[in-house]
Amino acid sequence: MCDQMNGDVIEIHDLVKRFDDKVAVDHLDLNVRRGEIFGFLGPNGAGKTTTVRCISTLTDFDEGTISISGHDVRRDQMAAKNCMGVIQQQISLDKDLTIRENMISHAMYHMIRRDERDARIAELSDYFGLGEYLDKPVDSLSGGWKKRAAIICAMLHDPEVLFLDEPTTGLDINARRLLWDIVRSLQKRGTTVFLTTHYIEEAEALCDRVGIIDHGRLIALDVPRVLCDSVGSITVEYLEDGKTTYRHFKNRQDAQEFASRLETDSDIRIRRTSLEDVFVELTGRSAEVLG
Amino acid sequence: MIDVLRQSYYVAWGDMMFMKHNFWNILVMSLMSPILYLIAFGYGLRTGSTELGLSYVAFVIPGIVALSSLNTSFSATSTRMNVQRLYYKSFDEMMLCPLSLHAIVLGKSALGMVRGLLACGLLYALGLFLAPELQVTPLFVVSVVMNCAVFSFLGVAAALIAKSHQSMATFNSLVILPMTFLCGTFFSISSLPGVFQALLYCLPLTHASECIRAAALPDYYGFPWLCMLAMAAFMVAFYVLDWWLLKTRRI
Repeated sequence: MCDQMNGDVIEIHDLVKRFDDKVAVDHLDLNVRRGEIFGFLGPNGAGKTTTVRCISTLTDFDEGTISISGHDVRRDQMAAKNCMGVIQQQISLDKDLTIRENMISHAMYHMIRRDERDARIAELSDYFGLGEYLDKPVDSLSGGWKKRAAIICAMLHDPEVLFLDEPTTGLDINARRLLWDIVRSLQKRGTTVFLTTHYIEEAEALCDRVGIIDHGRLIALDVPRVLCDSVGSITVEYLEDGKTTYRHFKNRQDAQEFASRLETDSDIRIRRTSLEDVFVELTGRSAEVLG
Repeated sequence: MIDVLRQSYYVAWGDMMFMKHNFWNILVMSLMSPILYLIAFGYGLRTGSTELGLSYVAFVIPGIVALSSLNTSFSATSTRMNVQRLYYKSFDEMMLCPLSLHAIVLGKSALGMVRGLLACGLLYALGLFLAPELQVTPLFVVSVVMNCAVFSFLGVAAALIAKSHQSMATFNSLVILPMTFLCGTFFSISSLPGVFQALLYCLPLTHASECIRAAALPDYYGFPWLCMLAMAAFMVAFYVLDWWLLKTRRI
């Protein structure tokens, strides 16, 4: 079904989604390459979740085209749905059922044969260490285990691309790092991962490329290091009038010269520019441009 | 067609598991209010015979069967779907899967139909014991099945439209509760003024009550085929409404 073996697995062209007068996604063009972990960053309300809902057919869109593995999500919806798995922001398991029953339901929705289904559930549960919890009610598990169960449900039909919408929101740091390992292991299995997050360190730790969206517009798209270099690879961080101020420079020499001229009693830090600096710089700038 | 039916079973499977886990609870809940109605209206308030020489208990039992099929089918479907859609978000999970919209409508209404038929079956079994005039006829079975389907489909629509649990409760109070009492369940609507009769014939339960009562008491009433046609029209209309709500993503 997901038969396009090369090229981009997700192709979004000129996507527009409006809610009454508000433009949630504004002429978005975006391609995601097969096998990469793609990070989709943006502040709250930037349009990340709306974009994922449009791609995953949960929300209809006003203009543009979206295709998954060559299947247009409007014209060839069933084939497109077969190529993707989605893990929503909120854990979306049926809490009246056990973990195993949730998995069986998902497998049935994808018309997976019983023997294949049982083998996949056993294999993935074993892989994610969930085996002993399979027959427990959903609510008896912690957030991290529920998330793993949701990932297994989304992986049962072996999708080419997995969407993770804010996957670590509400998880403690141990569960978050565990989930990062899971995402890396999914990539090793050959799955393309489309990750939306507002945790910059998450994108920095995991993603091959990141796109930054703000006010529904894609304002940057590249590998994290190139994005950092684009605003200046070295950052000077200092206190000015009681407010932390950041200045970015192309090289360490320029940064040191600037720091030496500063008239301040507070600590001055000279460090490599992080993706967080890029994010603040770009989203701050776009906020100024858009008024 | 076979593919749609198979997918409907897959959609309904989770709900059937839910029913299996909560079987006794569901059974008691489904029977509690009809039995209370039977005691209060059948024995407490009215005794004696109707003008057709029929005991009031025999008259009221088909009405209570009609209202139980409404209550049980509607609330079983709408409550569970509402929770799945607004709180568990597991309804979205299903919408992400390659399932036909017809299968989703049929599958999600299956719980209401099964629970409605179970409640009506048990209540009517008790009714056959209490009122020997009552009969089990093929038209009775068809009428009850149709009524369960009508209100299961309405339950799907209500759950898809509702923005919160509160709006479901409002719909129950404004639409379902008045139907329960007014649509010929406890009294014959022919005793009401013409304007009220006309209004009540716009509601599906009135037709269901007449069909179920006539089919259960064939020696006393002629079968109202026009009412059955109206029930079929309501069933198709609610089914199409469900499909359209899903198709246009107006949820």
